[in-house]
Amino acid sequence: MSTTTTKDVARPAGPGASPVRPRRGPRALLGSRTFNFWLFTGPFLIGLLVFVYIPIGWSVWLSFFEARFTVTPEKFTGFDNYRQILRNGNFTGALVTFTVFAAFIVPTTWAVSLGLALLVNRLRFLRAFFRSVFFLPTACSYVAASLIWKMSLFNGVRFGLANTVLGWFGVENIAWLADPDPPWYWLVIVTARLWLQSGFYMILFLAALQNIPQELYEAAAIDGAKRGWQTFRYITLPQLRATSTAVILLLLVAAYQAFDEFFNLLSRTTWGRPPLVELYYTALGQNQDYGAGSAGAVLLTLLICVVTLFQGKILGFGRGEESK
Amino acid sequence: MPAPNSSTWNRRSLLRAALGVTAGGALAACGSNNGRAGGGSGKGLVQYFHAYGEPGTEQAIRRYAKAYQGANVTTQWITGADFESKLFATLLTDNAPDLFEFHPQIQLVKSGQVADLTDIVAPVKDDFNAADIASHTVDGKIYGVRMLDDPQFFFYRKSMLEKAGVGVPQTLDELIEAAAKLTTGKVKGLFLGNDLHAVINPLIWSAGADTLDDNNRIAYHTDGVVEGLKKMRTLFTSGSLLLGAPADYWDPSAISQGLTAIQFCGMWAMPQLQQALGDDLGVFPFPKVTDAGKPSVYNGGWSMFVNAKGKNVDAAKEYVKWLWIDQKRYQEDWALSYGFHIPPRTSIAASAGKLKSGLAAEGVKLFNDFGHFDRIGWTQAMIKATEDVFADCVRKGGDPEAALDRCDKAVNTELKKLFG
Repeated sequence: MSTTTTKDVARPAGPGASPVRPRRGPRALLGSRTFNFWLFTGPFLIGLLVFVYIPIGWSVWLSFFEARFTVTPEKFTGFDNYRQILRNGNFTGALVTFTVFAAFIVPTTWAVSLGLALLVNRLRFLRAFFRSVFFLPTACSYVAASLIWKMSLFNGVRFGLANTVLGWFGVENIAWLADPDPPWYWLVIVTARLWLQSGFYMILFLAALQNIPQELYEAAAIDGAKRGWQTFRYITLPQLRATSTAVILLLLVAAYQAFDEFFNLLSRTTWGRPPLVELYYTALGQNQDYGAGSAGAVLLTLLICVVTLFQGKILGFGRGEESK
Repeated sequence: MPAPNSSTWNRRSLLRAALGVTAGGALAACGSNNGRAGGGSGKGLVQYFHAYGEPGTEQAIRRYAKAYQGANVTTQWITGADFESKLFATLLTDNAPDLFEFHPQIQLVKSGQVADLTDIVAPVKDDFNAADIASHTVDGKIYGVRMLDDPQFFFYRKSMLEKAGVGVPQTLDELIEAAAKLTTGKVKGLFLGNDLHAVINPLIWSAGADTLDDNNRIAYHTDGVVEGLKKMRTLFTSGSLLLGAPADYWDPSAISQGLTAIQFCGMWAMPQLQQALGDDLGVFPFPKVTDAGKPSVYNGGWSMFVNAKGKNVDAAKEYVKWLWIDQKRYQEDWALSYGFHIPPRTSIAASAGKLKSGLAAEGVKLFNDFGHFDRIGWTQAMIKATEDVFADCVRKGGDPEAALDRCDKAVNTELKKLFG
C-alpha cells in the first residue's frame, strides 16, 4: 500500500523516466510516445473491451429482449424485464441482504485484521512465521473453504465440530444452515469470509504500521502520552487513515462481489442471497432468463456507479493531495 | 440494438470464441479426452450425465459408449449438485453436448432444444411403460427415451420402530408423531433431505392435489396443500427432523450411519442399504396428508435427449437408438447392476429377477400402486417456484397462502409463456 511519503518520491520521477524525445527515422516509431502508449496499454485495452465493455453492452441489449435459453434473442419487450425484476421483490431483497452482510463483514474484518497486524507488529521473535500463518488462508479457495465450513465445521449432525463443542456444554445440536430461524447462517458465512480474508488485510496494515515514523512515538512519550490506548488513539490510528480508507473500500468491493460462499453454503433458499447470487439464479440457474438477469445486472451496475461516486465524495479516496 | 449487422456478428463470434476458449481450457484441465471430438476418423459425440451415486455407474456408461462402433462417444460426468445449471449453460455454447440426460420438460421442446425422437421410439413404443411414453410426448411427437424409472419413498429401520412402539405411519400426522417418538439423544426420527425439496411433489399429491391439471392450469393451490404445509412447518420446528446432514436425501448414508430412523430416499439406494442394514429395513410411501388424500410415490427417473441444435443430430440419434432402444443387455445392466431402478421397457422389467422378491418387490408395488410420473408441462421454473414455497413457509415460517400466491404468479407467468 502506497503511503503519502512514497507518493511524493514517485511523482517527480514520472516525467523524467522517459528521456527519449520523438525523432524522425526508422527507429522513430520505438521512440514515439504515442506508439509506446499504445504498445503498453493496447493489450490491456483489448482485454477490457472484449471482457468488460462488450459484455456490458451486450447485457444492456439483452435486457430489452425476451431472452430465455438464448443470448441472441429476437423478441423486443421494452422495459418488461426491468418491471419484472423490480416487482418480484427478490432483487430488492438481495440488496437488503447485501447491506446486512456488508454491515457485518466490513467492520469485523477491519477490526480483526488491524488487531492481528498490531499483535504481529509487536512480536520480537517469529514475526515472519506468524505473518505467514495468518496470511495463508488467503490462498485458500472460497469454494473449498465453504465446503469445509458446511460439511465438517458447521454441519447439523452431532459429529460436526461446532455441535461437538456445544455438546460438551449440553447444548442441543443446531442446524446451522438448514434452519433460517434464528439466522445462524450469518455466523457461518461471516466466519468463513473472516478467516479467508483477514490475513490479506493484516499484511496491508502491517506495512502501514511499519511506515509510521518512530519519532512520532518518541515525541509523544516525551510529551507524556501513555503507551497503549492513548498513543494508539492519537498516533497510530490517524497515521493509518489512508490505509484504513483503502481497506474499507476494498472490503466493500469484495462484499459486493460475494458469491461463492453464499452459493455453496445456502443452496436453494429464498433468504441470504446477495445481488450476484440472485442474478445468477435468474440468468444462469434453472430459469436461464438472460433478459431479466441482464436487466438486474444493469440496475446493479448503475447502483455501484452511484455508490462509488458517493463514496469518493465522502471518503475523498482518489482525490489528489492538493485538494485536501 | 441499432448496430450494423456485421458488428453484431463480430460481437457474437468474439464471445463465442471466448466461451469456447474458456470451456476448452476447463475440459483440458479435467484431463478428459475431448480432443478427439469432431475431427479424425468417424464422428465424435459428447454426452452429459449427472454423477450417479452408486459405484460402477460411470464405468458402465463409458463401457457402453466404447462398445459402440458408429461414433466416438465421449462422456462428461458432471459432479456437483446443480447439474441443471451446468447443462443449460453449456447448451447455449458451441461446446454443447450432442446428447444429454434430463427429465421431460416442455420448455426444451418449445425452444427447439431437444430433437424429435418419434422415428426411433415409435417401433418399440408398446414395449415401454405407457406412462413413460406419455410423459415424453408433446402433440403426438416423442422427445426423449426413458432409461430409468426411480420411485422415491421412505426407508425405515424396523428395529427402531419396534423399540419405540411405533407402527408404519399411515398419515402425515402419524409420521410427525413417529418422528418425535423415534428421536433420542443420538438419533433423529426422520430425514427428508437438507432442504426438504424432495417431498414437495409427494406432499401435493398426498393432499389430493396435483401440480397442474390436464389443461395445464394450476392444481396445487388447495386447502389440503395449505394444511400439509402447516403440518410440515410443525415437523420442521419439532426438533425430530435431521437437518444439515453432510449428504443429502439421495444418499443413503444418513440412515445407514444411524443418524436417523426413517429417511426419504429412492429405490436406487436399496442395494447399498440392504448391504449396510440387512433385513432391518422397510419401505413405505409418502402418507396421506388429509382424509381426502392418498399415499403417493414420485416416479422420477432419467431420460436421454438429443440436442437438436447440435452439429451431429443424426449421429446422436443413431447412438440413442443403438444403446437405449436396441441394446437390451446394456439397458438391463444399467437398471439393475448398480442401484435398483425400474426398467422402463416392460419386457426387461418382466424378466428382472432382482425386482421380483423381498424389499425390491415391495418397492415395485409402491411404484405401481401410488406412483406419479413426471408431467412434461411442469418445468424447472415451476419446480423452482414450489421450492421457494417450501423455503418460505416450511423452513422460514411464513404464511402458506401468501407463499402459494407468489408461487401462482411465477407459475402463471411461465404457463403463459409456454401455452399462451
